[in-house]
Amino acid sequence: MQYSKTTYRFPIAFIALVLGVIISFILNISLGSVQIPTLKIVHSLFGLETLKPSWEHIIWSYRLPKAITAILVGSGLGVSGLLMQTLFRNPLAGPYVLGLSSGASLGVALCIMGASLFSNLEWLLTQKWSYAISASLGSFVVLLGVLLVASKVQDAMAILIIGLMFASISSGVVSILSYFASADSLQQYIFWGLGSLGNLSWKEVQFFSIIYFAGITLSIVSIKALNGLQLGEVYAKSLGHSIRKSRFLIIAATSLLCGVITAFSGPIAFIGLAVPHLTRQLFNSSNHKTLLPAVILVGSILMLLCDTIAQLPNSDLILPINAITAIVGAPIVIYLLVKRKKMMF
Amino acid sequence: MKKNAFNIIDLDLGYPNKKGNEVILKKLNFHIEKGSLVALIGANGSGKSTLLRSLAKQQAFLSGTIEVDQKNQTTYSPLAWAQKVAWVHTENNLSQNLSVEELVRLGRQPYTNWLDRLNQQDIDTVEKAMRFTEVEQLSQKKCFELSDGQLQRALISRAIAQDTDIILLDEPTTHLDIHHKVNTLSLLQKLCTTLNKTILFSTHEIELALQVCNSFLCIHNEKVDLRSKSEIIESDILNVIFKHSSLYFDARQERFIFK
Repeated sequence: MQYSKTTYRFPIAFIALVLGVIISFILNISLGSVQIPTLKIVHSLFGLETLKPSWEHIIWSYRLPKAITAILVGSGLGVSGLLMQTLFRNPLAGPYVLGLSSGASLGVALCIMGASLFSNLEWLLTQKWSYAISASLGSFVVLLGVLLVASKVQDAMAILIIGLMFASISSGVVSILSYFASADSLQQYIFWGLGSLGNLSWKEVQFFSIIYFAGITLSIVSIKALNGLQLGEVYAKSLGHSIRKSRFLIIAATSLLCGVITAFSGPIAFIGLAVPHLTRQLFNSSNHKTLLPAVILVGSILMLLCDTIAQLPNSDLILPINAITAIVGAPIVIYLLVKRKKMMF
Repeated sequence: MKKNAFNIIDLDLGYPNKKGNEVILKKLNFHIEKGSLVALIGANGSGKSTLLRSLAKQQAFLSGTIEVDQKNQTTYSPLAWAQKVAWVHTENNLSQNLSVEELVRLGRQPYTNWLDRLNQQDIDTVEKAMRFTEVEQLSQKKCFELSDGQLQRALISRAIAQDTDIILLDEPTTHLDIHHKVNTLSLLQKLCTTLNKTILFSTHEIELALQVCNSFLCIHNEKVDLRSKSEIIESDILNVIFKHSSLYFDARQERFIFK
């Protein structure tokens, strides 16, 4: 029967992707400025062997949280890209393109540089979780703005330009802030803007994961609505969906994911745009019940690999992660655009 | 006596405005029998789409009552409504990456659980709907690979899979060549006779519609009335609605002719 053909092919692809995540995870934690044999790391993870205390420290308090962060960032950005592409029914939509990352950046800028302006609030504003909250609010506001204008113009290109304009407004406000901010906080903001997956304590990773899972849960709840929205809002409504409610859930999920990711690891480009398209290439499906978990896996792999490259194995240097995702992600998007048919959403 | 699918009572259609309401159609009173195939005709801009959208609960109306299956339209929950009335329009902004099978499967959404899982009965209904519209050969094709006629059949197939008593279609014959226009109309006729669905569609293909439909909803002068085929032909209504200096409707030949 032709129906079973499509349903049975997916588990194999999923198993392959899960293996891919495991392999790139192990690769990611075994490569770095200090060389630690992969086999020993695997043994240590399962508690079979104890490593040298210095290696133990590198792995448990640096590489492991960083690898987990990479998974959260890659999968989260992929999911928010998928959500945006379906909601706007636009293949070029993504958290970065639509200005969500800029909105989140503005939120973080308000925290970092606001702390130097309002010194009595400094304690509150320099907490990582206040970054996360204000970044989520920032991307929520931008997304709401884009959506509001998008309901007036239907043109796919116009929506992207509107996203660009919102990004410009946000960066304009950031410029004003940086003009008045202290040199210290300005430097802090610039470093944050380069993006980094490391430097998160386990506590921060924990907080990150909680918001991440809230966002993913909202996305899972929206799966049915996302499927319906592929037909356009008129059809979705005729299938019994409440457009207002579905939209709100999707926007909330995207803002949470995009906000918390940007707050903890800086504005990261192209992952959100490229991952859903790569996934559509691998899975010949438009069903979000398949796409959502697949995007999570593909996003994790891509981000782990990008981070592995950024570490420049066997050297003391670390490249900013944002540079790597741009160099890896942008050609993927260009390739898909050239093969226009593949870029269809 | 046959029951009515639609009972329209004193319906005013239009758009609420800052300075009072902009009324497009006033004091409509008509009813549509269950199991009938009705063509909605009227000049461009006469309010065909507005009427159809209001009947489909896509758009609010100003005043009056729309009864569907003896129940007020406003009392239907969104889900109950989705199980009662299916909607087809051609303004094509659906995801081009959907395959025909995925498209038709979406018609089952009012019946699936929160994770959109299709059970065997759903799958059977989808298969039946695809066979009915003869798109089963296209099931793995993507929407961007389809011709307009094939896409139209796939969209109608989706509406059939939704398993509703009533199907409303907004200009299902536009963009199609004569061959596919005829195909679409005979498909609607078949739907009506074999599956006993109530079908209302707006169209400009009056001559073709005259050959398949028995009832016509005519929009004229902000009024809507239901006429049978013979009433349409014998009265002079078509010459009034589509008044043109060099065109007239010939009742004997049932077609428009240049003067």
